[in-house]
Amino acid sequence: MKRLAGFLLVVLALAGVLWADSALSITGAGATFPYPMYSKWFDEYHKKNANLEINYQSIGSGGGIKQVTEGTVDFGATDGPMNDDQLKAYQDKHGFGILHFPTVLGADVPAYNVPGVTAELNFTQDAIAGIFLGKITKWNDPAISGPNKGLNLPANDIVVVHRSEGSGTTYIWTDYLSKVSDEWKTKVGKGASVNWPVGLGAKGNESVAGTIKNTPNSFGYVELIYAIQNNMPYGRVRNSSGAFVKADLASVTAAAAGAAKNMPDDFRVSITDAPGKTAYPISSFTWLLVPAKFSDATKRDAIKGFVKWMLADGQNYTEALSYAKLPKEVVAKELKALNNVQ
Amino acid sequence: MATTTTTVPSAGPVAGSRSFFSRLREGDEIARMITFLFAASVVLVTVLLVFELWQGSALSRHKFGFHFFRTSVWDPIFEQFGALPFIYGTLVTATVSLLIAVPLGIGAAIFLAELAPARVSDTLEFFIDLLAAVPSVIYGVLGIFIVVPLMRQYIQPALKHSLGFLPLFQGPAYGVGFLTAGIVLAIMVIPYIISVSREVLLSVPRDQREAALSLGATRWESTWKVVVPFARAGIFGSIFLALARALGETMAVTMVIGNTPVISASLFSPGYSIAAVIANEFTEATGDLHTQSLIELGLVLFILTFILNGFARLLIVATSQRGSGTGHV
Repeated sequence: MKRLAGFLLVVLALAGVLWADSALSITGAGATFPYPMYSKWFDEYHKKNANLEINYQSIGSGGGIKQVTEGTVDFGATDGPMNDDQLKAYQDKHGFGILHFPTVLGADVPAYNVPGVTAELNFTQDAIAGIFLGKITKWNDPAISGPNKGLNLPANDIVVVHRSEGSGTTYIWTDYLSKVSDEWKTKVGKGASVNWPVGLGAKGNESVAGTIKNTPNSFGYVELIYAIQNNMPYGRVRNSSGAFVKADLASVTAAAAGAAKNMPDDFRVSITDAPGKTAYPISSFTWLLVPAKFSDATKRDAIKGFVKWMLADGQNYTEALSYAKLPKEVVAKELKALNNVQ
Repeated sequence: MATTTTTVPSAGPVAGSRSFFSRLREGDEIARMITFLFAASVVLVTVLLVFELWQGSALSRHKFGFHFFRTSVWDPIFEQFGALPFIYGTLVTATVSLLIAVPLGIGAAIFLAELAPARVSDTLEFFIDLLAAVPSVIYGVLGIFIVVPLMRQYIQPALKHSLGFLPLFQGPAYGVGFLTAGIVLAIMVIPYIISVSREVLLSVPRDQREAALSLGATRWESTWKVVVPFARAGIFGSIFLALARALGETMAVTMVIGNTPVISASLFSPGYSIAAVIANEFTEATGDLHTQSLIELGLVLFILTFILNGFARLLIVATSQRGSGTGHV
């Protein structure tokens, strides 16, 4: 009996030590697209700072914005920046603002399945917008075949495939289409889910990829990371300088660098259709949403410490997971902005 | 040891005449109250659910009113929401699935209950229960990798060739769409129909069969004209259980329906269902109106289920008055 009591005491003491050890726990919620990167970062950072634990739930960008606005999580994360109404709602509720911090970059790539065509296809802005608006319906349309000289494109109907669920990937794609096509901008617009003029909806990158693979004459978009990790073939896209660029980590970072010169102070910038000869045009930042004021100083310092680490050492983990690094200019600007978190 | 003090209360009128306190002491009253609480919680949850759905969809109810049920534009960017294509898709896929599953399921149940040797029947029942327990996402994966390519390459072209004059079987063969979703749903609900119908058929008293046989009926006549009508209420029950599952199924449907909110007479056309759009868009819905419209869709699905269930009850009552057997022996 005594031995048992002693044992229990040891267990309790151990539990107490462990409890005290992980005393500081920070919670975040939001975007699913950077989740693999974030969970790697939080894990690595926890190894270095054993007394800090960051829990992140990838519930989607919309959910992240909602939860951080309601104050149920310490920080949020989103693939599309908060709009002015959302910022105002946050300001009204809390009496202070919320800051965007870009973390990594992602991109969408055009994927297709055209029988008899194995070469990488070149797509112009007009071709992509035309296909998604339902105006270009055949693969041998001059808008597609023009920049693909020498390829024998069939006269088959194009089957458009898009994401069915709301997603950051769709946000980037529709943001791009809104920039290169006025008709898309006024008729459809940009968002995590939109009213698609044509096409089939498939759930998740894997379903879009699967549908394209199984459906002859299909055309759709998937995340660059997904395409790289699954060795999917994808096409080149013409950028604003007129060059056909294939998406890879370097061309995505180049797009961010092109936009960095005109980076607004709140980092809410879209880098689709970015300037620069080597810039890949369908790229985007993904953001952490950090409140400008914390009532709890230890929490504030912990989050600031993490962001600082993420901008320095953290960036070294990105390429192993196929995310593109932030350009140096953006990192420098973010470090400055971090001082606004009080 | 400790159980020696337990007394077994006698059944019947005696139990009613005992005082409240003696019943309380003996545990009857406690048991009654506890089980009452359990039963009441079902009602409570239902009421709470409706209340939450009603409350949560206030914005969209006020903005769109009855138009919500009549319009078919679903545009999260310009905040125009209409439920019609989703209601249509839900009803069409459920109907297709029942058209396939009911004859197959009841046929299989009759074989298992009446004609198959007991050992075969029990073994098969094990597999049927297993099928009923397979998570729906697995059926969805099967749908994507097996049913969709089959539909696109063989079934849809064949249907177009033979029955293409009907508007039901026209348009391009994508593989995904109402018909594919209905077929995958049918595969999912058949185990429910077989399992419940088999149990009901097995519980038909032996006398019924023997009476029919002794009057000179063949085995099939006794099954079809006596046993099946006797079990009618239970068989209907299994069908409505299947219908409820088909209406609310989310994962498997969204994987094969094409997720496009259109209303088309063709079963080849891609479509959308209520449950699928809620699951797809809820997490990333940023605008309040978008979120609330999705919640209102939930309310619509609830009402739809409610109406169909009420209809089912009426059907059972109507047919059992007319039919020979109602279950009271």
